[in-house]
Amino acid sequence: MKKENDHGKHKYGMVIDIDKCTGCGTCMVACAAENNVSVRADQSDKERTITWMRLYKISNGKPFPHTEISYIPRPCMHCDHHPPCVSVCVATATKLDFNTGIVSQIYTRCIGCRYCQAACPYGARYFNWWDAYFPKKKGLDRYLTPEVSPRMRGVVEKCTFCHHRFMRAKTVAYAEDRREIEEDEYITACTEACPAQAITFGDLNNPDHEVARLIKHPFTFRLLERIGTEPKVYYHSSRDWVRKLADNFLPGEYTPVVNQTWAEEEWSTKPGRDEF
Amino acid sequence: MKDSVNSSKKTADKDGDTAPPGGLFPRWMKIDILAQDVGFFVLGLIGALVVGWIIFPAVLYSKHVQPINFNHALHLDSEKVDGVEGETKAEKCLFCHSFRDDGTFTGIPRLEKCTECHDDPESPLGETPEEKAFMAEYVADEKEIPWFVYSKQPDCVYFSHIAHVKMGEIDCETCHGNFADNEKLPIYEENRLTGYSRDIWGKRISGIYWNKEYSDRMKMDDCARCHTEKGQEQNNACFVCHK
Repeated sequence: MKKENDHGKHKYGMVIDIDKCTGCGTCMVACAAENNVSVRADQSDKERTITWMRLYKISNGKPFPHTEISYIPRPCMHCDHHPPCVSVCVATATKLDFNTGIVSQIYTRCIGCRYCQAACPYGARYFNWWDAYFPKKKGLDRYLTPEVSPRMRGVVEKCTFCHHRFMRAKTVAYAEDRREIEEDEYITACTEACPAQAITFGDLNNPDHEVARLIKHPFTFRLLERIGTEPKVYYHSSRDWVRKLADNFLPGEYTPVVNQTWAEEEWSTKPGRDEF
Repeated sequence: MKDSVNSSKKTADKDGDTAPPGGLFPRWMKIDILAQDVGFFVLGLIGALVVGWIIFPAVLYSKHVQPINFNHALHLDSEKVDGVEGETKAEKCLFCHSFRDDGTFTGIPRLEKCTECHDDPESPLGETPEEKAFMAEYVADEKEIPWFVYSKQPDCVYFSHIAHVKMGEIDCETCHGNFADNEKLPIYEENRLTGYSRDIWGKRISGIYWNKEYSDRMKMDDCARCHTEKGQEQNNACFVCHK
């Protein structure tokens, strides 16, 4: 098969450190606010809640003194080469942009058949059962991002890696007579908001970017890696039971990972909160 | 009518396929009836075209006159207006339709740009009645002018002016048409169904343009065609122009 994405210039992706994630949910709130996710009259109906970024709670299932809880933040994985949602889309409403590695979703083109929702192994796609609704005079209309168009009833939406921030960064670069953008100029809203700094965002194709280094760590893994979707969202955990939950391993299939090459201080060179 | 049919039958029986005296075609071809049919078809076609190309657009688009008849030609005269300078037309346009520091485009300037020169409502700079009306109505009350925007795109469209004008070195008029020499603002036509400006769809119903230098429309196909012609196919990716 043709591998168009191999010729791409950028390949944006993120590394999420599960050991740092506290499960506070700031990424979910920041994402919804940034991307104009609509509110509903009945927000308690969680089956139809739209969460581009969603936290999954996992546990090692052991009784009290040995219980461990972790959280997996799940944006769209922006699968490489052949995303399952792209190949099933009958309207070409979703496509993989081989220049950025971002899977796009065009709401005005979507016909709402929800094939992509069924095809996505990560449940990252959401259907709009109602028109976008932002009650006026309650302040909700004031936080809207003008660069993100609200969705109409009957279309599917998903995380876009805050693509409008990429366009904004490019516009700033053009104003300053540059064609390329720096690593810190384009990061997603969840990356910016995470108080634990568990998320690192950057260009996986650029060896100068932090993410390109972090994905080489033996403790870095991806969700459902064996089905071949090649997600651009990577996770990191030093605990074996977390890594074991990332895929549907049959008994005896999972082999524990041993880190012999990386020292602990090598893992992340990101400055801590107090160094800012 | 009856007689002619009978007589034609008789001649057909007698002479077979030979042409009757005084006619080019044999009678059995029934050219008169065929001509009648073609005539009705042409008439129907013309009627349909008149309805589709003239009457329907006239009904579909509501016409609006701009609140102030801004004279672009006058304001681009660097002898009359201080600061409108530059070798290219685009540089002159940028005096009012400027970029912000972060590269975003201001579009149609707000009143404060006008009042940089037209600061005193009591003393107009020119002699046109249009300026007096503008002074009395908007400058005196510090009210923004509710312009109709010819090039307003649907909400799902993202367009970066700086990428095209500065980095791509494309003239303003390539997409917007020649506004610089306009002494009068054209009438704004709004689609009654979609609410969009007619300048997005284009004035020419047939959609055929022999002169590809300028375009009077701004549809997705036009963006894609230009990207492809200039060898920028990668910019035809969905998220480059959609948001």
